[in-house]
Amino acid sequence: MASQNLQSVPAELSPEEQEREAAGQAYFDRIISEDSRIEPRDWMPAAYRKTLLRQISQHAHSEIIGMQPEANWITRAPSLKRKSILMAKVQDEAGHGLYLYSAAETLGQSRDQMMEDLIAGKARYSSIFNYPTISWADMGAIGWLVDGAAICNQVPLCRASYGPYGRAMVRICKEESFHQRQGFEILLELANGTPAQKQMAQDAVNRWYAPSLMMFGPPDDDSPNSKQSMAWNIKRFSNDELRSRFVGMMVEQVRVLGLTLPDKDVRFNEETKKWEHGPLDWNEFKEVLAGRGPCNSQRVERRREAHENGAWVREAAVAYARKQAQKEHAA
Amino acid sequence: MTTKDTDFAIEGHGDISVGVHGAGASGDGSASATRITPGNALRPEDIALEISRGQVKPSEDVAEFALRIGDDGLILAQRLGHWISRAPELEEDIALGNIALDQLGHARSFLTYAGAAWGKSEDDLAYFRREHEFRSAHLFEQPNGDFAVTIARQFIVSFYQYELYTKLMESTDATLAAISAKAVKEVDYHRDHSAQWVLRLAGGTEESRERIIQGFKLVWPYVDELFEDDELTTRLAEASVAVQPSSLRAEFDRLTGEIMAEAELEIPGVPQSLGGGRRGKHSEFLGYILAEMQVLAREHPGASW
Repeated sequence: MASQNLQSVPAELSPEEQEREAAGQAYFDRIISEDSRIEPRDWMPAAYRKTLLRQISQHAHSEIIGMQPEANWITRAPSLKRKSILMAKVQDEAGHGLYLYSAAETLGQSRDQMMEDLIAGKARYSSIFNYPTISWADMGAIGWLVDGAAICNQVPLCRASYGPYGRAMVRICKEESFHQRQGFEILLELANGTPAQKQMAQDAVNRWYAPSLMMFGPPDDDSPNSKQSMAWNIKRFSNDELRSRFVGMMVEQVRVLGLTLPDKDVRFNEETKKWEHGPLDWNEFKEVLAGRGPCNSQRVERRREAHENGAWVREAAVAYARKQAQKEHAA
Repeated sequence: MTTKDTDFAIEGHGDISVGVHGAGASGDGSASATRITPGNALRPEDIALEISRGQVKPSEDVAEFALRIGDDGLILAQRLGHWISRAPELEEDIALGNIALDQLGHARSFLTYAGAAWGKSEDDLAYFRREHEFRSAHLFEQPNGDFAVTIARQFIVSFYQYELYTKLMESTDATLAAISAKAVKEVDYHRDHSAQWVLRLAGGTEESRERIIQGFKLVWPYVDELFEDDELTTRLAEASVAVQPSSLRAEFDRLTGEIMAEAELEIPGVPQSLGGGRRGKHSEFLGYILAEMQVLAREHPGASW
């Protein structure tokens, strides 16, 4: 099994420890082969733990950073109903961040540490949130395209082999489908509105289309971690497979909107039975990933500022809890 | 269903089955603005539906009054919404966001109802009125400041609103009573949230104590305005539609006083501001709040979103 190749047993282990490791590995391999679930207290290969921790914390960070481009329009939402929906949506994202940080904590890293890594620029999050939201229609395009892509990615993760992650994803996916519907509804309303509104909607779709396709990650032949993640039943479908499915869904839905996808090469390949899209600018993807997107430093700075401005509040809460505990102890 | 929910259920309307049909995005008629049904919270859309059917229409006085409390909630929601993605903890992003959402929800209901007197929608009122046409009290437009200022403001607001909505539940105006019955349950949580934080900040570190003391100093000048009576409230009180704001003061003082005492905080001895929000006289802050809130809607007058 592929996982065993990554596990080198350190030489200094005692015979008993070596035996425990071997038994743990055998158990793990059986669970994976049965497509069952690994739980926090189960033995797991160090590389499996590391991969999951990276993926779940990146996912959590994406939720938290992803609040910013949408929070950008809460105060300017053009109707009170939309304002209310948008607030609820951004609030859901904070909730998703919380579930995911909790799931990651079961792998042995504290939320504080993950937050420190994010602020220090050591941790990654979905690159798409480094693009600016410059019009109201971006709220629609993010819901429809970005959350739509996230759903395609995340529905299979509900079956991820790591229990806490899979279970967190079940709840997250339910809320994400609401998010996608509200995004679609925003665009539908704009597309059927005044010419200026329709133009606003098309412009947003034009800008968010390619970045949302790139959310599935690099092409399969350039995705070094995918194979191992699939062997571990974390990932169920390849990046290109998911991307193609997503394109197929968008082709259908964009017709209902009365808008167009900014991609003249979209087509259904009768031979492969898969949807194909035009070339994507992977160079730009790498640039943004490397920190040279339009909003990278702004997003991390906002998180840093919120975290540091809030330090005295968190300290106060801890100090108060300690004093209360002392009082109870004394009583 | 909790015991508390049943306290507000009006006899004979406990039809929980309507909740099943209540999932649509717009008013569906199975809910009623004049009754509270468990599992089917009163929504602004339901009120709008009753208005469109000619089932409810506020008097001029009731509309003016609904405008006041609707504007309070709207302006506060606008302020609180700014915290989302900036709070000291993720849990507080969620909590402050929730309070903002509740305030916005109440505002939408009150403004929808008020607008019925003048043929205006909640959005007409929110987006196409100018500063002097807003009726919110000054407290609601005060800047967020740091977390302590926001908590101090919320503490005053929640205890005031709790007293107000509790009394309005007995209003002879069925719609005001119904909106208030829903709102009071939510505001009860806001009271708890802000009181807990007042205690934590006052009893936490030296810095947090300094900050909450300073926070209260900044917002306390705007307390008296909340409890001012005027001709409108006098007429409404006589008709048992509302109560005189001054009649809410004793209970507000008692309950906030208990928390302040437990937190070992003094009521700040700061002069009270003249206020005037109920007459359309506002501070410098409101103009900026409206500029931001209204900009997009005003770029596209008549558009639907």
